[in-house]
Parts: sequence; C-alpha cells; structure tokens
Amino acid sequence: MDQPVLLEMRGISKSFPGVKALDGVSLTVRPGTVHALMGENGAGKSTLMKCLFGIYRRDEGTVTLDGREVEFKSSKEALENGVAMVHQELNQALTRTVKDNLWLGRYPKVGGFIVSERIMDKRTREIFEELEVAVDPNAVMSTLPVSQRQMVEIAKAVSYDSKVIVFDEPTSSLTETEVEHLFRIINMLRSRGCGIIYISHKMEEILRISDDVTIMRDGTWVATRPAKELTMDEIIRLMVGRELTNRFPPKTNKPGEIILDVQHISGRYTRLKDATFQLKKGEILGVAGLDGSGRTEVLENLFGAMTREGGTITLHGREIRNKGPKEAIKNGFALLTEERRATGIFGIRDIKENTVISNLKNYLMGGVCLSDKRMRDDTDWSIQAMHIKTPSQKTQIRSLSGGNQQKVIIGRWLLTKPEILLLDEPTRGIDVGAKYEIYQLIIDLANEGKGVIMVSSEMPELLGVCDRIIVMSGGQVAGEVNAASTSQEEILTLAAKYV
Amino acid sequence: MSNESKKLAEKAQGLTAQKVGDALLNNALIIIMLVVAVYVAIKKPSFLGPTSLVNLISLTAAYLPVALGIAGCIVLTGTDLSAGRAVGLTACVSASLLQSATAANKMWPGIGTLPIPVVIFIAMGLGACIGAFNGFFVAKFKLHPFIVTLATQLILYTTLLLYVQMGNNGGQAISSLDQGYRNFVVGDPPLFTFGSVRIPNYVIYALLLTAIMWFIWNKTTFGKNMFALGANEEAARVSGVNVFATTVGVFALAGAMYGWAGFVESARIASNTANTGVNYELDAIAACVIGGVSFVGGIGKISGIVIGVIMLRLIFVALPLVGMDQQLQYAIKGGIILFACALDMRKYLVKK
Repeated sequence: MDQPVLLEMRGISKSFPGVKALDGVSLTVRPGTVHALMGENGAGKSTLMKCLFGIYRRDEGTVTLDGREVEFKSSKEALENGVAMVHQELNQALTRTVKDNLWLGRYPKVGGFIVSERIMDKRTREIFEELEVAVDPNAVMSTLPVSQRQMVEIAKAVSYDSKVIVFDEPTSSLTETEVEHLFRIINMLRSRGCGIIYISHKMEEILRISDDVTIMRDGTWVATRPAKELTMDEIIRLMVGRELTNRFPPKTNKPGEIILDVQHISGRYTRLKDATFQLKKGEILGVAGLDGSGRTEVLENLFGAMTREGGTITLHGREIRNKGPKEAIKNGFALLTEERRATGIFGIRDIKENTVISNLKNYLMGGVCLSDKRMRDDTDWSIQAMHIKTPSQKTQIRSLSGGNQQKVIIGRWLLTKPEILLLDEPTRGIDVGAKYEIYQLIIDLANEGKGVIMVSSEMPELLGVCDRIIVMSGGQVAGEVNAASTSQEEILTLAAKYV
Repeated sequence: MSNESKKLAEKAQGLTAQKVGDALLNNALIIIMLVVAVYVAIKKPSFLGPTSLVNLISLTAAYLPVALGIAGCIVLTGTDLSAGRAVGLTACVSASLLQSATAANKMWPGIGTLPIPVVIFIAMGLGACIGAFNGFFVAKFKLHPFIVTLATQLILYTTLLLYVQMGNNGGQAISSLDQGYRNFVVGDPPLFTFGSVRIPNYVIYALLLTAIMWFIWNKTTFGKNMFALGANEEAARVSGVNVFATTVGVFALAGAMYGWAGFVESARIASNTANTGVNYELDAIAACVIGGVSFVGGIGKISGIVIGVIMLRLIFVALPLVGMDQQLQYAIKGGIILFACALDMRKYLVKK
C-alpha cells in the first residue's frame, strides 16, 4: 500500500505470567478510515489496544504515529499525543457530574490550579452541540441510563481532538437509534482525517462502518482485508480458524404440555408491568426486546430476586410464591444472571466451590459438616457433562474463558435439579465457537423435559434456538411470535410498540 | 375518564407525600439536632447563653481540623487511624518548642522560644510527612489505608513515648508554655467576644481553615481529582490523572491538618503528655460519616463535616445540661453513627 499511514503497530508482543497474550501482531491505520479489529474473546484485541494506550507496556515491537516512533508510558501520555480511547468497561466517576467526568484529567484552569467551572460548562455544551448529544452537563453520572453514559464517554474521547480514536465495543449498551448516532459521529471523524480503530463483535456493524478489517486469533494476526471484500461467513471462518457451517445446532426438542403459567405479574420498584405468558415442558421460550425494556426483569421477578407486585405464578397447577431466590430454587427454578462477573461467578474461588455453592445442603453429613468427596464427585460430573475445559477443580474460576465460566454456572444450577431454567444472556461475552456448545446444552436441557426461558439481545440467537419468543417493550409484553415463522423485522416492530 | 384523573391525582399526591418524606429523611439529622437544641434550650435557657454557645463553638473548632483532614481519606474510600497519634506528636513537638524561656525542666533549654510561624510550619510539615508516609504505602503498594494507618498509629505512639523522654523532660507532661503562644491560640486579648464571653482565636482559625478546605475540595484540580479517584480509580487513571500523586497529596493534606490540630491542642490544654490526641481519629471519622462523607467513596461536603462535628459536640455540651447521665453519651453517639450511616446508604440503595 502506498497510501499515507497514520498509525503503524508492528510486531507487537506481550506476555503475562503463563500466557503469551500477543505474538508479533501488526496493525496499520490510514488517516480518514475506520479500521475494524475483530476476533473472538481472548484473541488479544483489547490487549493490543491497551499496549497502544499505555495501560500495558509491550514486550516487543514498534509503534509509529505520524512517522514518529512512540512508546506511551501512561494513558496521559497517549492522550497528549493524540490517541484517545472509548473503553469497553464504562470507566466513569459515577458520583460526579457529566462535565466533571468529561474534563477529568485536563480540567480547564485559571491561575494554575483553580478549575474554571464556567469554561468547563461552555466547552461541554459546545461539544455536546457539535455531536448532538442531548445530555445535561450538570447531571450526576449515576442518574443517567447506561446508554447516555456511553454517549458521554464517546463525546469525551472525541473531545480530545485526537488523531487516532479507539472504540472498544462501543455499541454493547446502545439502542438502535444511538448506534446510528454513533455512526454519524464516526463518519464525521473520518471526514476530518482521523484514524479510527473499531472493535466489535457485531458483524453487521463492522461491514457497514469499516474500511479495513484486521482479524486476530489467539494473540496472533490472521488477516487484514478491505471490508468490501469480506462476507460474514468469511470473517467467522478467519476468526474461528475453521469452517463454521452452522451457527446453531439442530432443534430437536419437542414442547409438551404447559407447566408454568404466569399471570399479570408486575414489579414494585422495576418497570415490569402486567406480564402474562406460559411455558411448556421441553420448550425454549425466548424473551426479546431492547435494552431496558424489562427483559431481565421478567426473569428476576419470576425468581424472586426483584419485588413482585400482583399477579400469580402457577407451576403444575399449583400456585407458588417465589418470594425470594431461596424459595424459587426450592420450587425448581434456576437463574443464570446477566452480568456473569458481577453476579454469576465467585472469581477468586475455585471451580469446585463455584459448582456446589447453590446445592450445599445436599452435601451435609449429619447436618453439620460437608462431604468433600460428594462435592468433588459432583464437580467432576459437571466438568464432564458440560465439557468444561479446566486444568483442575482447584483452578480459580476467573482464569477460565467466558464460555467455560458460563458452563460452570450452568453445571451449578443443574445440580439443584431445576425444572425451569431462566437464562439471562447465556452467551454474552462468549466466543463464537463456544456459543454453539452453549446452544447445544440449552437444547439438550429442553430435550430432557426442562422448561427454558432465555433472554437475549442477539436476535439471530433467539430465532435459532427458541420455539416461541415473547417481545418486551417499555416493561410490557408487546406480543408473542413463533420463532420458526417470524422475522427480525416483526420482532423489532413489536419491540418499539410501547417505547 | 374521571377515574383516570382520580388515579393521576392520587399518584401526584403519593409522589409529593413521598418527596416530603424523602426530604425529611435526608435531613433527619439536622432536624433531630434542632429538636434536641430546642428541647435543651426550653429546659435550660442558659444553653442559649453566650457561655454555653461559645463552649460549643470552641469545642467544634478544636475538633474540626482533624475531621476536615480525615474526610479526604474517606472520600478516597480509605480512612486514617493514625490521626490521633499524629495530633499527639505534633502537639508535644509544638509544646516542647514553645515552652517559656523560664520554665523549670525546659525540654530543650538551648533553643529559647522559637517564633510561632516557625513552629506552625514544623508542626504542619511533620504532620504532612506522616500523612505522605501513609499515602505512599497506600498508593505504591495498594495496601488498604486501614492497615497502613493502623501500623503508622503504633509507630507514632512509640515515637511519641520516646520523644517525651528526650531532653530535660524525662517523660513528664510538657507544660509552662510561652505566654505569646497561649495568647496566639486562645486569645488574650481575644480578637472577638460574644457578649462578655471571649471567643478563642482558634475558632477564627478554624473558620479560615474550613474556607481553605472548601476551596481546595471544590475549586482546584486536586480536589476534583480526589473526588474522581474516590468514585472510580480506574476512570481517573485512564483519563490521565496522576493517581499516585493525588493519593499521597490527600493523605499529606490530612496530615497537615493534624499538625495544625496538634499545634492548637497543645496550647488549648496547656499540658501535653503522650496521651494527647488519643482516639481523636474515631471522633473525626464519626463526625464525617454523620455529615454524609460516604465510605462508598467520592462523596462528601465540607458543610456536612462541619455539621457532623457540631452534632457530636452538641451531645457532650447539651445533654449534661438537662441532667443526662454522662455515661449515656457513648451509647447515644453510637446510635447516631448507626442511624446516620443507615440514612446515608439509603440514598445509594437501588431497590429491586
């Protein structure tokens, strides 16, 4: 390529104790283009960006910015040299105001150390106006919905007037309209000659917005191609390293009679309103909807993790209360939570403890002490049945990949012999290859006669795995569709019904 | 239709009732404080007399600097257990440097009486060094401030025990302070009087200090960085904030406050032993949490700290006036701390 080069990372390597996270990766960004960086979780995308941004120090390789070799020792240095980043995790000071967050680390000063609120206010409004962000600069961050916080973070990165801007999964908490908004901002930056590095798992987005695509796998560079020449299947093949002909396993489960009847349940403190639906034996019921539409609330309300107001839940013709998770578990419910790291795993504890934690009373001997042998046996069963890849039971769960962590938690719940499985985003943050295994597990569970209710923000997943789908909108059930005969358009229309 | 509007009206009413309830709860402590004050004033009108009010204000002013310092550590989700001993050490150092030239058993006979500004500088500087020492271990080795300052507290106590045995002092209380020093701190003649009652000068100094701290917290880069760091350290780091320097700075500033408190305390109580300042940190932490400086991090107001200190002193000053048993005051203090923190957490709880 004879075109001008803005940023060149060449031969970047980075090791952590026990793993080589990056092995000679190269990336070249031209000015005025969007360069997508793709790869499964753990492929090293974020690590590469953290090496660029000065959060990690690279072991080998060179970074050239605008023809000058650089090595940033801190984020501050990166920002000062025209490299900004929208971080994957929302890194914000939630108790502070929007403008305090926006100017953190570079407050406009008068007299050397006094912060000028006036200048801060003025510039914030200018930036928000330019980017058409409708957020009050004086609002306290924690009072804003996640999507607006994300837009503030994006505005912040743009406001550095950087030459290179990294977007690390910026759309994971944005609604469709906000994604369009983000793309307008990116197009504006592109026309200004910025180089943009865009990390995302959403292939439709990548193919739409990017000029070049670099694909990584297991810490190595796999390919760099113009986006025009790539198809979705091709990207998947490069990411996974093998042909992935089917994204979903064959649907073999056969729904039977109705086992669970939910009538008119609402949340006292949450936005769930008057939800009514049924679940059959051996059925996989999907719950679709936009972020904040009440999807998660359906599951947590059923499970008793949120306070319920009104309505009835009938299991096998008998009315049950499920006032708290403890009672729900006793009634044969299991909940796989949405935020695996926050509410699913006990990160620093080992696989065994993570497996048996919901089932401890079954290991009691004489009502006092726990049988270590029975716990080990059950953990072994779970590791085998779920195909968990782990060196041993004694491994800390946080050192496993996302997919394997998820399998540990599914195994944990299966030990409680549940009849109704509530799965909230069961494949979030999981590799394409491992997703297939999770889908297979879900279908197997349905085959065994369990009822599954599954929330997902990925529509193809719902269409591929579920039998029926209820669509949430504004806290209400907007409609129910048959997964085999519906379309994404129909679901989206329903999802927008009460917005 | 009318049904619907009725419902709406009910809803609106419910909302306002809830809002009033929330407002009451959020300001419950101030309301209780006023109720107690009014009750005591009715039972014992002399409570509102100049003597008792000046007493309350003076005690508040004496305890305020430690609370102002420690509050910064709490904003960083930390704490500082070494504050009391730091006050003790700086008090003894100040006293020993400002004994009158004619004092019997003068600790350092060779130095005469140092100029007051020099001693202030030494006391605050020593305090700042102690604070910076704490901050260094917290920021560099990522130790919890509880651990670091517990260690510092113990180290300081030994230092203090050794110090009072130095020179000609031989472990006695350091007294016979220079009159100029007493006059500077306590005020003779006083700068202000309230009725016929003298207001000690250190009340004025405390007001100045409060204003300076308010300015630092709200108007400077350092203050804003401190809050951001307390709210989310990682966010501050990736935004280019120097986390190390800010942490050390917050602890050092707190230390300088203890140094000032020691300087004042020394002249206020006039006779200093190794036990001067003991447990001051606990009162200061209590005052901070009562005043809404949250252990959650990143939250706190100077005005809240002042209210917290007044609240605590009020119990000591007002309740004995109405014949409340002195022994009860600790239980009342404990109750207030629990109540205040429960109210505080209520604001951050998200109901599900």
